[in-house]
Amino acid sequence: MRNFFDTLVNRQDMIISALLEHIYLSFVAVAIGIAIALPLGIVITRYRRYAEPIIGVTAVFQTIPSLALFGFLVPILGIGSPTALIALIIYALLPILRNTYAGIVGVDGSTIEAGRGMGMTRTQILRQIELPLALPFIMAGIRTATVLTVGIATLATFVGAGGLGDIIYRGLQSYNNALVLAGALPVALLAIGFDQILKWIEKRATPKGLKT
Amino acid sequence: MIRFENVTKRFPDGTEALKDISLVLPTHELTAIIGPSGCGKTTLMKMINKLEKPTDGSIYIDEKPINGMDEVQLRRSIGYVIQRIGLFPHMTISDNVALVPKLLEWPKARKEERVRELLQLVGLDPEIYMDRYPLELSGGQQQRVGVVRALAGDPNIVLMDEPFSALDPISREQLQDELRNLQQTINKTIVFVTHDMDEALKIADSIIVMRDGQVEQTGTPQQLIDDPANEFVRNFIGVERINQKRTFGEKRLVEFLDLFTRDWAGDAENISADSTIEAAFNQLDNSNQDYLAIVEDGKVVAYANDRDLLKAALVKESGVLV
Repeated sequence: MRNFFDTLVNRQDMIISALLEHIYLSFVAVAIGIAIALPLGIVITRYRRYAEPIIGVTAVFQTIPSLALFGFLVPILGIGSPTALIALIIYALLPILRNTYAGIVGVDGSTIEAGRGMGMTRTQILRQIELPLALPFIMAGIRTATVLTVGIATLATFVGAGGLGDIIYRGLQSYNNALVLAGALPVALLAIGFDQILKWIEKRATPKGLKT
Repeated sequence: MIRFENVTKRFPDGTEALKDISLVLPTHELTAIIGPSGCGKTTLMKMINKLEKPTDGSIYIDEKPINGMDEVQLRRSIGYVIQRIGLFPHMTISDNVALVPKLLEWPKARKEERVRELLQLVGLDPEIYMDRYPLELSGGQQQRVGVVRALAGDPNIVLMDEPFSALDPISREQLQDELRNLQQTINKTIVFVTHDMDEALKIADSIIVMRDGQVEQTGTPQQLIDDPANEFVRNFIGVERINQKRTFGEKRLVEFLDLFTRDWAGDAENISADSTIEAAFNQLDNSNQDYLAIVEDGKVVAYANDRDLLKAALVKESGVLV
């Protein structure tokens, strides 16, 4: 234990820079994941024929072991952050896409028909009815994607993208358990921390009328 | 006035939901469209605000064809109350009611005034309910909001798609009464789809009975009861209801002479053949005699005891002509 704290103090610069890298990787990956999956999720609710195939493709990506995906991308994209980001984005897609789709499809049809019957345009229905009502689902998808991404980002070290994986890997190579822990613990805390923040946002974002 | 002209709705598989329907729904009246499920009543109604489009034929509102009208603008000018309540759960009561005014871009003060006015109209105190959410209200209160939401843009026409069917019987009765009273004040052209004959008879000015995409009969509630056009309408209204609601008033004894006894040697009280069956029942009840002597042109033409009168009444129910 003593050893662990010594490691934390001695290597704090390295740990902090790795942590920042880790946060950067996860954050950017999730942000781009949202930017792709959210609109795509909305689009496939309009063309439902294509929904299953498209969700299916992202599900297949999900089944590729993360280490294999990183390894697979290196020959194509080389090493460095972009490679790591692309792999992470691919993993973030499915939960967001699926939840966005399920959330919007799950909105009560009579509610939408009421909107249509009162003369709302499709855009108004999407923005004023479907999205607010699907928001709790969409946020849950984003939470899942975030926790997943923070975990998988530890593997970014193998493509030279840094992050807390660096610390863990270094610890493993030098049989330094304290160092492994100094890398792993922040990952866990980060995942929990992100999850809590998003949970709070989710609560704030859930339309008031749905909470009762 | 809403006019349907040879309206047909055919689905891609060839089945016809509506078969060549021509109808007029008069202005300022509450017209109920009734029929068993799948008869096309909802499809017919939804054509008025273009939620459904006819395969053939046209629909006119005040003699203007709706074909060429922009559907979004058209819908904003027509009130719409949906079957299951259809309030937006994430919006306050005030936002729900003000939806169409908002779409029509009314100024804020006017919207708020309208919301208050409408909530008061259905007995919901604006101070209490404006900022509540739909799920905090009872089913009956929610549908009251649903009804006034349809009135918010001050439309001339209001469409109601089985609006009270999801409510418990007590709230349903209350809302039917309230709608009836409301209509006295607002005087809109209301199209009301229902499968509940009691409801239709209670609230409608006129009723359209449909089956299999065709109109079986149109008329006022009283006309339907007094003179069902065919077996289907009679059964749909229900013999029970006909017995309850029918006034014995108009039909006269002279129409049923064939059913009555020709020969009777005993005492009898005279009654004019022009009297109604009901009057005959009453007279017999109050008389000491068992028979009435029916007098036409000063002569006794037949005799009837209460059994004969009952027979005459029943013939009228079943519609079998004598």
